[in-house]
Amino acid sequence: MSVIGSTFWQYASPQRAYALSARLLPLLFAVALVLTVAGLYVGFFIAPTDHQQGEAYRIIFVHVPAAWLSMLIYLAMAFWAVLGWVFNTRLSSLMARALAPTGAAFTFLALWTGALWGKPTWGTWWVWDARLTSELILLFLYIGFMALQSAIDDPRRGDKAGALLALVGVVNIPIIYFSVKWWNTLHQGASISFKAAPTMASTMLWGMLLCALGLWAYAIAVSLWRLRTLVLERERDAQWVAHLPELQTQEAHA
Amino acid sequence: MNWPNWEAFWAMGGYGLYVWGSVGAVLLFIVAELVGLALSRRALLDDIRHDIRSESHRTP
Repeated sequence: MSVIGSTFWQYASPQRAYALSARLLPLLFAVALVLTVAGLYVGFFIAPTDHQQGEAYRIIFVHVPAAWLSMLIYLAMAFWAVLGWVFNTRLSSLMARALAPTGAAFTFLALWTGALWGKPTWGTWWVWDARLTSELILLFLYIGFMALQSAIDDPRRGDKAGALLALVGVVNIPIIYFSVKWWNTLHQGASISFKAAPTMASTMLWGMLLCALGLWAYAIAVSLWRLRTLVLERERDAQWVAHLPELQTQEAHA
Repeated sequence: MNWPNWEAFWAMGGYGLYVWGSVGAVLLFIVAELVGLALSRRALLDDIRHDIRSESHRTP
């Protein structure tokens, strides 16, 4: 790693990430807010009532984005964790740690909104079918990742143990995604397919996609914000931290 | 426009509890996450400031 160490990897230094993220955050949060509000507006004020489910279907505008993000964030978390393990880049491992709570939150929300959608449409909050069960396992994987890392005092050992758990857990993601195809489940099939035209009204689709993009931007923003705290925590004895402007006066809380 | 008035909007055709229970939970989690992060960042900055101060007392 030493050959390219001084050129490429310098951009992965915690100090640079701390400075860069400060500039990116306002933009990311603004994009998240605009897209999510636009998505909810399209979803609730423009998209028509579903002729089968009535207004209950509108849960889709938060349920599908939460479910997508629960899987996407897991893949991102595993990617950064393994990258930090293989290339020994501390920042990558911190990025994985920063993603985990947000991923766990979206997984819980996918289950929660799913239960609230299942009750009026299926007549039950919960069934032990493949889709719901594998999503619940995803929640346990996130919780396991966080618990394992916080249980190990040596941060780099914790990073590596977490990476191994995250990597093994990746097998669950295709199981969640394809579960509605592989098994006969109560859960409906994918709303969006890469092969076929969408089976819903285009305003419904647009509301859902805007909400998904907005919450995606939110997930990136909030993870980067958490990364800043994790970097400060890990690097608190470093010279550059002591020189940060936000640490110079008692009053500054930037 | 889908809704003749705000009551109809909040009622969601009788599914209000399910729809708003879903949207509300997402908003609640987002607000809680942001507030939690702001508080923990503040506490950490205070803690590091305290460290820096006691450090400079020991080695002036």
